[in-house]
Amino acid sequence: MGTELGNYKTCVSARSTNKKLLKHSQDGGIVTHLFAFALDEGIIDGAIVAVSKEFALKNPSKCMAFNPTLDDLEPWRPIPAIVSTKAELLAAAGTKYNISPNVSLIKEATRSFGLDKVGIVGTPCQMQAIRKLQLYPIGARDVGASIALAVGIFCMENFPYQSIVQLVEDHAAMKMEAVKKMEIGKGKFWVYGKRGQVVQLPLKVTHKYEQPGCHVCLDYVANLGDISTGSVGSPDGWSTVFVRSKIGDSVWAKAVAAGCFETQPIDKVKPGLELVSKLANEKITKNKTTLEGRKTFGVGKALRSPYI
Amino acid sequence: MGLLSSVFKKNVSEEPQKPAAAPAKSADVPKTTETTKKEVKPVVDKITVGHIHMSGCTGCLVSLADNYGGLLTILDRYADLVYGLTLADVRHIPKMDVALVEGSVCINDKLSVEEIKQTREKAAVVVAVGGCACYGNITRFARGGQQNQPAHEAFLPVGDIIKVDVYIPGCAPTPQMIRNVCVMAYLLLKGTKEQKELATNYLKPLMMAAQRGTTACFCDLMTEVINQGLCMGCGSCASACPVRAITHEYGKPQGVRDLCIKCGACYNQCPRSWFSFDVVPAYEAINEAIMAALQ
Repeated sequence: MGTELGNYKTCVSARSTNKKLLKHSQDGGIVTHLFAFALDEGIIDGAIVAVSKEFALKNPSKCMAFNPTLDDLEPWRPIPAIVSTKAELLAAAGTKYNISPNVSLIKEATRSFGLDKVGIVGTPCQMQAIRKLQLYPIGARDVGASIALAVGIFCMENFPYQSIVQLVEDHAAMKMEAVKKMEIGKGKFWVYGKRGQVVQLPLKVTHKYEQPGCHVCLDYVANLGDISTGSVGSPDGWSTVFVRSKIGDSVWAKAVAAGCFETQPIDKVKPGLELVSKLANEKITKNKTTLEGRKTFGVGKALRSPYI
Repeated sequence: MGLLSSVFKKNVSEEPQKPAAAPAKSADVPKTTETTKKEVKPVVDKITVGHIHMSGCTGCLVSLADNYGGLLTILDRYADLVYGLTLADVRHIPKMDVALVEGSVCINDKLSVEEIKQTREKAAVVVAVGGCACYGNITRFARGGQQNQPAHEAFLPVGDIIKVDVYIPGCAPTPQMIRNVCVMAYLLLKGTKEQKELATNYLKPLMMAAQRGTTACFCDLMTEVINQGLCMGCGSCASACPVRAITHEYGKPQGVRDLCIKCGACYNQCPRSWFSFDVVPAYEAINEAIMAALQ
C-alpha cells in the first residue's frame, strides 16, 4: 500500500458502545460519540456539525447568523451549526450526502460563539481547508490554534442538494420528507424510507449528478484529519478509523480507555484495508486523469489546477 | 521535524559566523559550557526588517504587534527592525533584507512614490502586507476630496508601482500569517539547506500570488474557482471574508458584491485557489516548528 491512505498512527475497526446512539448514526457512530466524549472531557467546547431543518428551526441561534429563511429550507438540506451538548450532537448524527459548508463557521465559532476549543467534522476537502487555514491563516485571525479536534470522513464524491432531490425523487421515486436514511455502500446508492421501503440505485446512475469540484480531489480517506473515519473496510454497523495526528492519537486513546468504543484490529475484519486502499486508488487515479485532462481541455487553453 | 532547533542553538551559543560547526565540536562539552558563560548577544545572524507605511490604516502594523510575546521573540532572535514609522527612529529608508509594506501607494503624493521606489532599491525582499498593499482593498474606493489633501485621489497597490516578491493578503492580515512569513523569511535567508527548502515551499504560493496580479475581490472566486469547476463548497471563503459578504446557497458561495472591499482574503483562503501538497500535509511539524521558534 502506498500513500493513498495518508499518514496514520493506528487504524482500527470500531463502533460506539452506546446502543441508543447507534440507532441514529450512519455506521459505527464514531463522530457523534467522539465529539460527545470530547465535550464531556473539555477537549472541545463546541463542535461544528451539519444539522437538519428541524434542528435549525428549534435552535436558530446555533446556526449561521445570516441564514435568512430557515422556514424555506428543504428536508435533507444540511445546515452547518455549532452544537455543545450530547442531545444536539445526536440530533445531527448521520450522513446527509450533500454539501454542508462547515468551514464557513470556523471563524464565527471563535467569535460570536466564543469557543476556545472547536471541534469540526468534514470531508477530506474540508480537512484540507482547515489545514491550509492553520498554515496560511489569511482571513482567520486566532482561529488555527482554536481547532482542537478535526474529524474527517471518507468521501468518494459529494452531491449538490438538487442532485440528491433528483436521485431520491426521480430515480428512487420517493419524497424527500419520507426518507429516513441514505447510504452508499456495496456499489449502490441506498434510500431507506420512513415506512420501511428500500430503494437501491446503481452507482452508475449517480455519477452524472456528482459535484464537479470533487473530480479534482486527490484525497479519499481525509488524510489531514486528526482522526478520519468511514464505513468502507469494516463490517456493517462498524466504521474504519484512522488515527493520524498527535491530537487525534491522544483523544482516541482516551475515548477508547473510557469505554466509548469497542474496537477490533483492522486486519481481522472483512473486507479490511485492502478495500479502502482499492477505492482510494480508484478515486485518486480517476481524478489525476481529470486533472491531466484539464491541462489540454481547450484548444491551446488549459483549465486551472489548484495544486502547486 | 524540529527544524528550527538547530537554528536556535546556533543563535544562542554565539559563533553563527563559523559555517557549519563540526558536529564533533558541538559535542565537545567543556567548550560549549565555556561559550555559554560568555554574555551572549544573539544579534549577529538576524535579518533586517523594515515596516514601510504607505496609505493604509495601520491595522497591518497593529496585526504585527498583536503577536505580543511572539513579536518580541522575533525581534530578539530573528529580525532587527531597522525602519518603521513610530517604532524605529530612522528618517530615510535604509538597506534591509525584508521590507514589509503596508497600504497602497497614492500616486498623487510625490513622497509616497519616492519612498516605495526606494524601498524596492533598498530591500532584498519586498512583502506586500495586507489587502491595500496587495490589491488596493478599500483604497480602491477612494475618490479624493479629503482634508487636508483633497487632490490625493488615486491609489494603487504596491505591485502596480514596483515588483513585489511576496503577498500577505487579508484585511487585516492575521498576526499568525505575518509571524509565519517572518520566520520563513528568516529560514530562507539564514537557515540550513533543509530549512531553506521548507521556507521556499512555504513562501512559493505567496510569491505566486504576488505574480498573479494586483486586483482581487469576490469575483475571483467566481472566475477562478467556481467557473473553473473547482469549488466544492467547503465554506472557507465565507469564514475568511472580513465584511461577511459571503454566504452559501446550496453549498456554493454567494457574494454580496456591494459589500466586497476587494481584499482578496476569500480567494487566497480557498483551498481550490492554491494548495501545496509540499507544505500543507506537513502542517503538524511546521506548526510545531514555528511555535518552538517563538518559545
